[in-house]
Amino acid sequence: MLRLEKRPQPSAFWTYATPVVAVILTMVLGGILFWFLGKPPVTAIKTIFWDPLFGDFAFYYRPELLKKAAPLILIAIGLSFGFRAGIWNIGAEGQYIMGAIFGASVALAFYPMEARWLIFPLMIAAGIAGGVIWAMIPALLRVYFKTNEILVSLMLVYVADVLIKAFSVGLLRNPDGNGFPGSRNLKQYPSAANLDLWTDTGIHWGVVTAVFAVVVAYVFFARHQFGFNVRLAGQSPRAAAFAGVNPNRLVLVCMALSGGLAGVAGMFEVAGPSGQILGSFPAFYGFTAIIVAFLGRLHPVGILLAGLLMALTYIGGDAAQSAMNLPSAAIQMFQGMLLFSLLSVDVLTNYRIRLTTAKVA
Amino acid sequence: MERETLLDLRGLTKAYPGVIANSEVSFTIGKGEVHALLGENGAGKSTLVKTIYGLVKPDSGTMTLNGAPYAPAEPRAARAAGVAMVFQHFSLFDALNVAENIALGMENPPPLRDLAQRIREVSETYGLPLDPARIVGDLSAGERQRVEIIRCLLQDPKLLIMDEPTSVLTPQEVQILFETLRKLSSEGTSILYISHKLEEIRALCEHATILRLGKNVGTCDPRATSARDMAEMMVGTVLHTPSRDTAAPGDVVLSLQNLTAPAPHEFGTALKGITVEVRKGEVLGIGGVAGNGQDELVAALSGEMKTGDGMVTLKGQSVGRLGPNDRRALGLLAAPEERMGHAAAPDMSLTENALLTGVVRKHLSKNGFLQWGKARTFAEEIIKAFDVRTPGPGNAARSLSGGNLQKFVIGREILQDPDVLIVNQPTWGVDASAAAAIRQALLDLAAKGAAVICISQDLDELMEISDRFAALNEGRLSPPRPAKGLTVNDIGLMLGGAHDMEVAHVEA
Repeated sequence: MLRLEKRPQPSAFWTYATPVVAVILTMVLGGILFWFLGKPPVTAIKTIFWDPLFGDFAFYYRPELLKKAAPLILIAIGLSFGFRAGIWNIGAEGQYIMGAIFGASVALAFYPMEARWLIFPLMIAAGIAGGVIWAMIPALLRVYFKTNEILVSLMLVYVADVLIKAFSVGLLRNPDGNGFPGSRNLKQYPSAANLDLWTDTGIHWGVVTAVFAVVVAYVFFARHQFGFNVRLAGQSPRAAAFAGVNPNRLVLVCMALSGGLAGVAGMFEVAGPSGQILGSFPAFYGFTAIIVAFLGRLHPVGILLAGLLMALTYIGGDAAQSAMNLPSAAIQMFQGMLLFSLLSVDVLTNYRIRLTTAKVA
Repeated sequence: MERETLLDLRGLTKAYPGVIANSEVSFTIGKGEVHALLGENGAGKSTLVKTIYGLVKPDSGTMTLNGAPYAPAEPRAARAAGVAMVFQHFSLFDALNVAENIALGMENPPPLRDLAQRIREVSETYGLPLDPARIVGDLSAGERQRVEIIRCLLQDPKLLIMDEPTSVLTPQEVQILFETLRKLSSEGTSILYISHKLEEIRALCEHATILRLGKNVGTCDPRATSARDMAEMMVGTVLHTPSRDTAAPGDVVLSLQNLTAPAPHEFGTALKGITVEVRKGEVLGIGGVAGNGQDELVAALSGEMKTGDGMVTLKGQSVGRLGPNDRRALGLLAAPEERMGHAAAPDMSLTENALLTGVVRKHLSKNGFLQWGKARTFAEEIIKAFDVRTPGPGNAARSLSGGNLQKFVIGREILQDPDVLIVNQPTWGVDASAAAAIRQALLDLAAKGAAVICISQDLDELMEISDRFAALNEGRLSPPRPAKGLTVNDIGLMLGGAHDMEVAHVEA
């Protein structure tokens, strides 16, 4: 009989090995899934994981990879603070959308003035503000009325979703757009555009910010009192109170951090890869970032790698969809498998499996 | 007097990964005998009684009960054979009444009305007053224990195992319990009594088996052996009794004026008008049965719970509205009762746990950035000074035994040179030699001029180290009295306050 036995210390080996095992497990399970769908499993896995990086069209896919990974990493880094402290902001998607609306609104308010030194920084500030405001709603409700931040933040996603659709056909609609929905394309407005800093590398300001966020988060978790308080509050709330951590302040700060980073990610997206406010604004980064945060074990470096991996499954998944006629639901299932594999393999960090001889009762 | 043998244990051995809990333990319990099982924490007492009660299967060794082989596969089999056990922690449902709780533990419960009648009979026969219709949530700890005992007695046991039964009782309640146990014994029921309170064992038991590191290291007649000799058998070394040079108490450092606070949560206790002054170099002992406001008082002093202006004054400054770190900066430190998850974070390393409270006074951070090197040095200092057994400061707090972690937690506060230190249950679950070391450290701290408030349920401990003694009862603190010259009876009356008095008179 198999039995789980708690380890006295978390295993250092498995802390690092579980994500790798989880990825391998996902490839196996995903392969089986594709096989049942009547597709060659090895080719499908290769199309998803190998071709975008080293295939014939890698020159096209690699910049795309960075553009997809950057918002995921930015949002996941913000979420990791709250998640480590036991504060569950599930509504990063909404904060991301609000950041995009705020950022785009600032740019469109100045249009067609040419002053990048003023407009672009203002857009960044507005993006952060949009995310923070949206995150403060569940945060303040939790602090003052003890509501559940999971529910409130999640519901606000749907509010944000309705807002962006309304703005794209209302207030922010392009006056020169012949009545089509959607705002002006910010990519064609030099003062506001978030383009590649070096042509065709995919490195825009959002990518730079994401890398910066990873470094800062790493330093905070490892070296700063705030990171320590966050970890402490997540592990033992009573010990945190004893150490003088104010739980309400922690909720506000962590929600503001995750909201702000999600908001700025939304702003970089709307000013760059996406270009305009539209009902079909590229969504789900906010939700996928939750997977990224956990896949990266809430560790900044882990999140960096997990974000890149997740972006790869997006891009590879798209490629597999078009090249092999895989249904998009299969790709989403595949991404879900990744999280489930991780969560199940995760047990090994704190537990070991023992074989016990069956006992006669 | 030679008794007929009821239970005979032969060579019981049980090993867990990395530790041998019992090694070749043999002894016998006679019919109607009150047999004490003595030993420090971790000596293997619990494993042994769990073996007898069918919760643990021994690796080797045999038991015979009434001459027949006895190897219970589960507690149900043990109960059927006539072995009953009262656990240290009760398993009762607060929302149900006494009779319902007892019915839940029975194989074939009779109708509740009949059961209530039987409960009344048993409780009257054995002098354990208990109303079967009362809701368990309203009962005191002593009354809850009676529920457990009556639950056992209804099975007509041949052997009753009691695991640390007096840890939650007032002295008067202990007397009632002892009367009951003596009566049971005179009727031929054997009792296996587990405790580390030596005076109790001397008052109650005829035989004692002493375990050390899982081995039976000797037997004695407690009535003819001094408490000190028994303690030394338990520990295996000569015991060091804490000593101190009594200095004249200095100025008042901490003063509580009418400290009043509502219960922080549903099962908490409100603090009601606590007024007391503590002076430099003084140890104030606060006794009381658990759940009478100890946790709340510690929280109000440590700063986890804020209180009104002027209620808590430290060195002339009102600190009631300050948080824990501000109070630490002013020299007011605390060590709460619960080590895992309150005083220390179980999954964090000892270095991180050293920083947990030490960051302010030990200057372990600069502009908010933590200095792990200094924190590690501080952790090593604690480990060395308080003999904490661990491979090193990088180990998680949860890997330490309870006693070792307690030494670490107390040491962490003492090494920060507090002006006032509040400790709650400083030696709970700590073995005798470590407990002596902790008490000595508290006394040394007081001798250096700090004020120490020691909250404990262990009255022997409080009498040993306190200059003054006060009792906490339902959130009220009795006026402190000099500890010297207080009798057990005085203390019992102080502890009992009002609500236990009725019970105490029934049999006293």
